Amino acid sequence: MSSPIVSLRDVRRDYALGAERVHALQGVTLDVERGDYVAIVGPSGCGKSTLLNMIGVIDQPTSGTVEIAGKRVDAMSDREATSFRLHNIGFVFQRFYLMPILSAVENVALPMAEAKVSRKEREEKAAELLAYVGLANRERHRPSQLSGGEQQRVAIARALANGPTLLLADEPTGELDASTGVQIISLFQRLNVDGTTIVVVTHDEDLASAARRKVHMRDGRVVDA
Amino acid sequence: MRTALAQASLIRHRSRTLLAVLGVAIAAAMLLDMVMLATGMRESFRELLLSRGFEVRLAPKGTLPFDTDATIPGVKAVTAVLRSNPDIREISAVMGGSIHIQAGDRDVSSAVLGIDPSVQGDYVSLSGRDVKSADAIAVNDYLLGKLGARIGDTVNVASGYDPQTRTYTGQRKLVITGPVKFIYGAKDQAGAAMRRETLEAMSGPEKRDRASLFMIRVRKGADAERVRDWIETQLPNVTAISVATAIAQVDQRLSYFRQLAFILGAVSLFVGFLLVTTLVTVSVNERAGEIAVMRAIGVSKTHVVQQIVIEGVAISVAGAVLGLGLGLVTARYLNAILSSFPGLPMAIDFFLFQPRAAWSALGLLIASGIASGVYPAWRAASLPIAESLRREAIA
Repeated sequence: MSSPIVSLRDVRRDYALGAERVHALQGVTLDVERGDYVAIVGPSGCGKSTLLNMIGVIDQPTSGTVEIAGKRVDAMSDREATSFRLHNIGFVFQRFYLMPILSAVENVALPMAEAKVSRKEREEKAAELLAYVGLANRERHRPSQLSGGEQQRVAIARALANGPTLLLADEPTGELDASTGVQIISLFQRLNVDGTTIVVVTHDEDLASAARRKVHMRDGRVVDA
Repeated sequence: MRTALAQASLIRHRSRTLLAVLGVAIAAAMLLDMVMLATGMRESFRELLLSRGFEVRLAPKGTLPFDTDATIPGVKAVTAVLRSNPDIREISAVMGGSIHIQAGDRDVSSAVLGIDPSVQGDYVSLSGRDVKSADAIAVNDYLLGKLGARIGDTVNVASGYDPQTRTYTGQRKLVITGPVKFIYGAKDQAGAAMRRETLEAMSGPEKRDRASLFMIRVRKGADAERVRDWIETQLPNVTAISVATAIAQVDQRLSYFRQLAFILGAVSLFVGFLLVTTLVTVSVNERAGEIAVMRAIGVSKTHVVQQIVIEGVAISVAGAVLGLGLGLVTARYLNAILSSFPGLPMAIDFFLFQPRAAWSALGLLIASGIASGVYPAWRAASLPIAESLRREAIA
């Protein structure tokens, strides 16, 4: 059996909130296999997003270890972590967070430019990805000219730009109406079928049900994996 | 991509960018004007002194040229001593004074210089006609206008006039030639020149064989300072002033003026710095979420900083270019006002554009623009990504 693509061992994350100490994660241990599609669910404030941030290498644990694709990422320097995210992690956010000043194709090409992919190659790849998410005819549109669902699809295409090992999504349907949400859910399913490992944090029952596995969290702990 | 992002960001906030550029342009214009003012008079004075190639001037002991009515006696003897130095190439003895010219029933007074037209450094002939004969008088346009006369007219010129008795002394009939432009002449100052022998003959025995000033051209390659030292040892009744000495005296007199210009220039630079810092800080605070997302998708801290700094640089460069034009126009306007102060040579510029000083000042402003963007950019790029995203989501 191959080693898991995500492996967390006894991960804790404490924050100082004024004089108070908040224990966002209290010893989380979790494995995600390659090609898996995991939905992390639980009530607000249970530590879902904090856990996703640990997997996405944008936050570091107070203690415990985080291994992604066989690499320890919990103590990486800022430079190493940035490079790791660029080549291995694709992020999708609830509020899309596209660059408002760039067109759809430029938004998708942004991570490739950072990875020093040639202009020609990144334009071709960005166009391909936009076609994959069903936005072939929206390449030159600015985010303000796109609907919420279309913006989220651009954000998904951007997350896939550098061929990530792992796609992470934080409430990807949270800002969308039900019918648009369904489109995003089916896009995630198609991505997973095509081989992408996905971890989503969600309150959306439909999105969670579409995943292969649900991880339930409560009070900073995994209660059912 | 970074340049394109910076450009797009500036265009997105068009009004703010334009206001910032205008603010930097005003700071740059002020800085440029202060730099021009701090060094302008000194350089302009130096250029004026060297304009006719006279490097040493002799004035009566303890005075500056034309500072008093004192004169140097023994023009012939002084000239003979000066000629004995092989480093001295040409000597121009100048007698200063005043004259009265009858214009109908009016008396028109004017400053006058008695010179040797073959070696003089006090005026330039505008028509090529000089005071070749003993009965010629060259006048400037202002005097010509006051007299209501024309070139070629003969006028009654006197070295003295008693307004109570309305009587003239040392009167001569002279033919007007010129016009000429006096190098050290002030605006609206009547000026005339004639041969020194003519002025001596009109002024009487007390001014015979005397000069208010000697101007000396030294041999090419000779050290003007050595010549000056030599003259002071040979002629104890004169003060020898080289261009360097004169500049040092000007420097001393203008030191407070220059310090003020430097202080105001530094304030302008600081204002420009603060303006760009404020703008960049506001801009990065507004885009904290955007920056956090860029960092999350793998854009390096250095590249985020570069993009923000490029915005600061673009504002600074555009402001500096606009400020250059604005500063030159303002300097020209102010120079015209200051140069018309009574008693100051018209040829003196208060604001002198010196490319090296101007580029240095504007370069400094652009460098401060870069520096002012670095800190807020670095601070924004260094914020914890997860924390920034959480705050953005709450907001």
